[in-house]
Parts: sequence; structure tokens; C-alpha cells
Amino acid sequence: MESIEYRNCLIELLYQLADDDFILAYRGSEWLGLAPHIEEDVAFSSISQDLMGHATLYYSLLEELGEGKADSLTHNRQPEKFRNAIILELPNGTGTYLVNPDFDWGFTVVRNYFYTLAKKIRLDSIKKKSYEPLQHIAKKISVEMTYHLMHWETWFIQLMNSTPEARSRMETAIKLVLEDFAGVFSYGDLGDQIVTLSLIESEATLKQRFIAEVQKKEQIDLSMKMKKGDGRNGTHTKHLTSSLAILSEVYQSIPATEW
Amino acid sequence: MTLEERVMEALQTVKDPEIPSISVVDLGIVYEVRTIDHHVEIDAMPTFSGCPALDIMKRDMTFAVEDIHEVKSVTVTYIRNPIWTTDRVSEKGRLELKEYGIAPPEAHDGNEWRVPCPYCGSIYTTLDNIFGPAACRSILYCKSCKNPFEAMKPVSI
Repeated sequence: MESIEYRNCLIELLYQLADDDFILAYRGSEWLGLAPHIEEDVAFSSISQDLMGHATLYYSLLEELGEGKADSLTHNRQPEKFRNAIILELPNGTGTYLVNPDFDWGFTVVRNYFYTLAKKIRLDSIKKKSYEPLQHIAKKISVEMTYHLMHWETWFIQLMNSTPEARSRMETAIKLVLEDFAGVFSYGDLGDQIVTLSLIESEATLKQRFIAEVQKKEQIDLSMKMKKGDGRNGTHTKHLTSSLAILSEVYQSIPATEW
Repeated sequence: MTLEERVMEALQTVKDPEIPSISVVDLGIVYEVRTIDHHVEIDAMPTFSGCPALDIMKRDMTFAVEDIHEVKSVTVTYIRNPIWTTDRVSEKGRLELKEYGIAPPEAHDGNEWRVPCPYCGSIYTTLDNIFGPAACRSILYCKSCKNPFEAMKPVSI
């Protein structure tokens, strides 16, 4: 490791990558049994399982870098220590998966399509130049996520070109997602250093690539904001706190057990 | 027989718990075996990173090799590089997949992904869902013999 600064920036970036996949895997798992049809149930749960696997790869690298056990990083970390973008922690709709789930499929498709594309662009950048073990992880994840991108792109294009009602719901969903989507491209307070140390390319470069890619499919306005704050700096909504409580419920019941 | 050969023989008995017809060796996940005195180090390649069978296979590989009389200790490590692709499934493994009703991975030819039915061999098949009951499998249907079947998802770099 070149320096303490390099190590800190690398760790910061790893938490961002890990927590994004981790929390979106959880949101995806909440759809199990509720997806529009049975084939989607199979596909979405498989994608969510892959996402959880990707998070595990990053957490295992954090473990090697001395951040503690992967299980502890996910189950014992306080919400303000999480570095995921806020858009990924927001609920799928109203209600919960147990009580009156009124989940929004349009929102889910837009969030997952945009995130998967942004994730691909991010990993492509890491593959070009970064910390070598992270590059290996990026290569592995890229291979697996090809099918995810195909899946969400198909849904996105089909719903955008479906009935007027579908189109209007998708447009509402796009607006909602974009209100906080800048958070996915943010690297937080350490952003400048992360980029200077060549761990990944700049936020602006990646965002530009993302916009160009989406506009190949649909000519839509993609101005994005961070309305609810920057998750990379530990700002989160109450939805993250409640999700983490559910995620770690079993683990916390007997923390000493090997799960 | 050298110790390495005996280790490989023991690993042939370790199966993928989700596809019990194929061994970890024929699945292509055993990358390298090193023996130092009577200590055995196995480098394994994870198939899909979210696959819940990885931990089970790691445990089973450890147990199987520990059973060899002269082995004192075993370490199984999942390596990050190089990465597993479906090209690593052996010829024997491809036959074993078929016996279990899973079509072996086929190479993509452009956008066309032609998967012969593992039961009747017909190529008159359709892809129902690229995602299946396990991370590494897709769901297909044979229009000739009217059987639904699974196929190993092709993975390449």
C-alpha cells in the first residue's frame, strides 16, 4: 500500500461500492413473491442474490485491509457509517413486504436500470486503472452483471414504449429517481483525493458516460440532484435504519453464533 | 501415486450440492493444488460470487482431503484471479450435467444462443428465463419432446 492516504481513500471507495450493492440487494429481496409474474420473481431474486455476492467480494477485501469481519461490517455497523447512495435505500413503495405492500414497479425498473448501467460504467473505469485486487473483483462482477443489464434494459425499453399509462408512470418514476441519482456518482468528501490517486475516474466523466448511454435508448432529460443529501458522507434517511434492523435481526439475536 | 494425484482423486468425490452429478474438478473450480510436506493448499475459483454452495464446497473439499492418511492440514482458498468461466467445465463434466438434465454451457454465437435439449438432443428449444433456480442456470423449454429443462448459463470474459 503506497500511503495512509491511499489506504483511506481505497477503503472509502470500497464501502461505497459494497454498501450500494448490499442495500439494493435487500430492496430487491423485498419483491420476492410480489413481482409482476413468476418468471420475474425467479429473475429478480437471482439478480438480488448476485448483488449480495458482489457486496461480499468488496467486504472480503475490506476484511483483508483490516476493517473487521465481513459479517460484522454488515450487521454491526451503525447506519451513519454506511456509504451507499440514498436513492438505493429508499423503499420500493408504501407498506412493507409483510403488511400492505403497494410497491412501485416503474420506480423499481428505473432505479435498477439506472443503477446497473452506472455500476457497469464505474466498474469499466476501475478495470482501466485502480488498485489491482479491486480490479480483479471488478472483472468478476462485470462478467456476472451482463445479464442484469440486459434484464433491466428490456423492462425499461418495453415499459417506455408501452401504453400511455405506462409511459406516464415511467416518466414520473424517472423524475423521482433522478432527484437523488447524483448520489450514485458522488464519491463524497474524499472524492478529489480518490480521483487524484487514480482509484477511479472523476464523477463528471462517469456521469457524462451514463447520460450518453441512456440517451442512446431514450431522449430524456437526465439532470440529476441529491435532494436528500449525500449518502457517501453518512447522511441517510430513516429507511436505511429500519432496513438494517431487519437485515441484522437474526444475526443480532445470537451474535456469537457462526451463521 | 503422488500426493497431488491422491488429492485430485479425493476432490473427484466432492460434488456441487446443487448439481450432485458433477465434481468440483470437472466443474473447473479447482485451479491449483500445492503440497508442502504433508500440508495441502488448494486454490479454488468461485463460480458465481453469490452462490450459496461455495462455502459448502469449500468445507467438503477440506473434509475429503483431510481424509487422506498422510495429509496433516488443508487450506482451501477462493482466489480472485483468474476468474472462472464455463469453458473450464470438462468434457466429462459436460456429460454429467446432461445426465442430470442440465444442458452444458454452449458458446454464444453472436446473439444466438442455441441450446440442444439434454433429453432428446433437439435444437428446437426456447429460452424461458435467462435466470433460473440457481445463479448458474437458465430455464428453457424443448418444443420437440415437450420437456422443460435447465441449462448452465454461459459465462465468458
